[in-house]
Amino acid sequence: MAQENDEQQIFRRHCRDWLKNNVPPAPTVRLPQQAIGIMEREQLEYLQRWQKSAYDAGLVGCDYPLDCGGGGRNGCQRIANEEMQKVKLPYFPNVIGLGMAAPTIFYHASNDLKQKLLPRLFSAEEIWCQGFSEPGAGSDLASVQTFAQQKGDKWIINGHKLWTSLAHFASWMILLARTDKSHKYNGLTFFVVPIKAALGKGVTVRPLIKASGETGFNEVIFENLEINDAYRLDDVGRGWQVAMTTLTHERGAGQLVMPSSGGQTDSDFSSIAGVNEVIELAQHSCRPDGGLSSHDSVIRDQLMGLLIRDEGMMQSMRLHQVAALREHPMRIPLQGKLVVTELIQEAAELALEIEGASSTLYVADKNAPAGGRWAQAYINSFANTIAAGTSEVQRNILGERVLDMPKSK
Amino acid sequence: MRQPKDFGFNEQCAQLKQAARSFFQKKVPTQALHKLIAGEPDPFRAPVARWDKVLWQEMVDLGWHTVAVPQSAGGVDMPLVAGAALIEEAGRVALPSPLLTTLQSSCVLKACNTPAAHALLEAVVQGSAITLAVLDQKGTYQCGDVTASNTDSGYVLEGVAYFVQDAAKSDVLIVRAGGLYAVPVNAPGVKIVPDHIVDLTRDQAHIEFDGVVSTLLAEQADAILRQSEPARLTLLAADMVGAAEWQLQTTVEYAKTRVQFDHPIGFFQAVKHPLVDLMVLVDQARALVYAAACAIDHQTDQADSVYAEKYARMAKASASDMASYASKISVQLHGGIGFTWDCFVHLYAKRQKHSQVTMGDAAYHRRLLADIVMGIPEVEML
Repeated sequence: MAQENDEQQIFRRHCRDWLKNNVPPAPTVRLPQQAIGIMEREQLEYLQRWQKSAYDAGLVGCDYPLDCGGGGRNGCQRIANEEMQKVKLPYFPNVIGLGMAAPTIFYHASNDLKQKLLPRLFSAEEIWCQGFSEPGAGSDLASVQTFAQQKGDKWIINGHKLWTSLAHFASWMILLARTDKSHKYNGLTFFVVPIKAALGKGVTVRPLIKASGETGFNEVIFENLEINDAYRLDDVGRGWQVAMTTLTHERGAGQLVMPSSGGQTDSDFSSIAGVNEVIELAQHSCRPDGGLSSHDSVIRDQLMGLLIRDEGMMQSMRLHQVAALREHPMRIPLQGKLVVTELIQEAAELALEIEGASSTLYVADKNAPAGGRWAQAYINSFANTIAAGTSEVQRNILGERVLDMPKSK
Repeated sequence: MRQPKDFGFNEQCAQLKQAARSFFQKKVPTQALHKLIAGEPDPFRAPVARWDKVLWQEMVDLGWHTVAVPQSAGGVDMPLVAGAALIEEAGRVALPSPLLTTLQSSCVLKACNTPAAHALLEAVVQGSAITLAVLDQKGTYQCGDVTASNTDSGYVLEGVAYFVQDAAKSDVLIVRAGGLYAVPVNAPGVKIVPDHIVDLTRDQAHIEFDGVVSTLLAEQADAILRQSEPARLTLLAADMVGAAEWQLQTTVEYAKTRVQFDHPIGFFQAVKHPLVDLMVLVDQARALVYAAACAIDHQTDQADSVYAEKYARMAKASASDMASYASKISVQLHGGIGFTWDCFVHLYAKRQKHSQVTMGDAAYHRRLLADIVMGIPEVEML
């Protein structure tokens, strides 16, 4: 483990001091479990104020250059994330911006574009969404059909994007579009699109209803939307390579489960799947025969099985930091998303079994244990095992990039 | 006590791990191992311990058998994370040797903290291999099948100890008989009766004691065994992690070369995905092994030892379930050839099966973990 340098030590103290006095007051509205579930303007504004104040204090975008609105530091975002995790804080609303759009823009956009877009992304003044999936392009992302036709120094966009979280509040979208129908991977180009400015003028955002009954993501339809060529990232035909930058940051597990503030993925986790909360739940729940769930040896065995995997996951991140114990540089980082999302799902399901009959009560029922939180968490857990590359796609990636097995079709 | 983020796995530990890996890869290629231990497939073959004594002597010359022996007794005295790394590498080549039992026994002797135990640690440094004779016929610590009586000629042992690991490779036994006693294997009255076991990479025996004069190491065997249990569990789990890494890599290699339906079988997700799941389980078990070893290295008070015990139980439970999956997947994905004697995967599958139940299986350690994490439920009146 590298020793922290002076800059990092001073910065860590700064974060601690600032957080001591600037934890935001509790919200007056109920917040969704994750930023991508933000529904109402009041929720958004509360969270935007929080991200803006953290940004103004230098805790967001720390390692980006000053002229991009960053903190101009080195190796400090990890420290800010660690310090923020030690305090009970709301999450940042601009998760897709911070976790995916920012690194993609940083590595692939012109300097003008970086300077124009990144400061208001970090401050959450402009919310970002991601236009990747389509009705015909889910796991097979490279088969996207949304088409961008070049016309002088403009592009005309037509198509249909799906599962677009935060699109209903977003000013900007990162867009993967087809510019050449004769090549699958090399026929793609990457854009940033000012969707809010074009609402009703070539862009339609419609809410989709999730299995949990909530809205929270959208479909976005493009009809002859015209955008400037200045909004293209990298070369025409290099969209797939740019998208890989985005996905590398998306799949680090970080942004799904904790406040991510710059795409850093190697933070320490203090708890992953909430197994300790499920254990506590067992101490207040009963089996049908009236015995305490926490005294039931089968329930205890299942809880310990989850706890061991949860702890194993956290310790594997610790192990990854020790070069001499590492088998392959990407082996543990690429496991994160797969393991965390499946653990969260199993923990939520076990919580429902422990709640027993009460687990049938949903969020609107005043007798629902924990406000129906576990029922909601269980249904929503599928968002995480499907989104950002399904668990099946994650296993392909691990099998191919880490174990070097032949690419599956 | 605060735990170092890097498990305290310093440069010296890294060098030991690297040296051990090179040494074992060079000296124990799987082909040679198969030749050494699998010459006689007959299930009714004589129970002979097959191992490379010359190689063991080379390890002794390198001082690896003393990594868990304090400097005061002349040992190399490294943290347990180093011992775990060494054992992980030995497990990777499924090494038949008394290394694991000697390291585990050293942890027991350190816990004794008596002059007699110190003298035995010095004997380890001189090259004595040691093993534990602490189980009864049911494989438990519960009822004493060996008794000790204090006579004019010293402490005399009577009875039988069971499930003694690598007994035929050992020079000295640590025997549980109320207290803990040391006995050279060639002492008068000691009879080593080899068990017929499934695992070809180990030997095991029950040992009859007929009026054997012994040396008292510690008065309270149970307390010492309990105190040293986390370290012994962690070392065993480290062996399982190393063996599983071999099972994973070997099966991946096979999946990349074996062609069916015009593709290497690793192309098919029904083959690829279980191997990925195994990799995840191996990494979790490995991480818990080092977390446990680190916790054991950094314990200073009662709370620390509970913390260490928690991680050791997690490590063994995790390793046992992982090893079960590794064995199943490695044999299954090799197909028909995996079911033959000439294929190497059964050597590891058998070693893993032996390790899984040794010192308690996964469910046993989850039960004891639950008692730590959730408290012991009061007995409910029926």
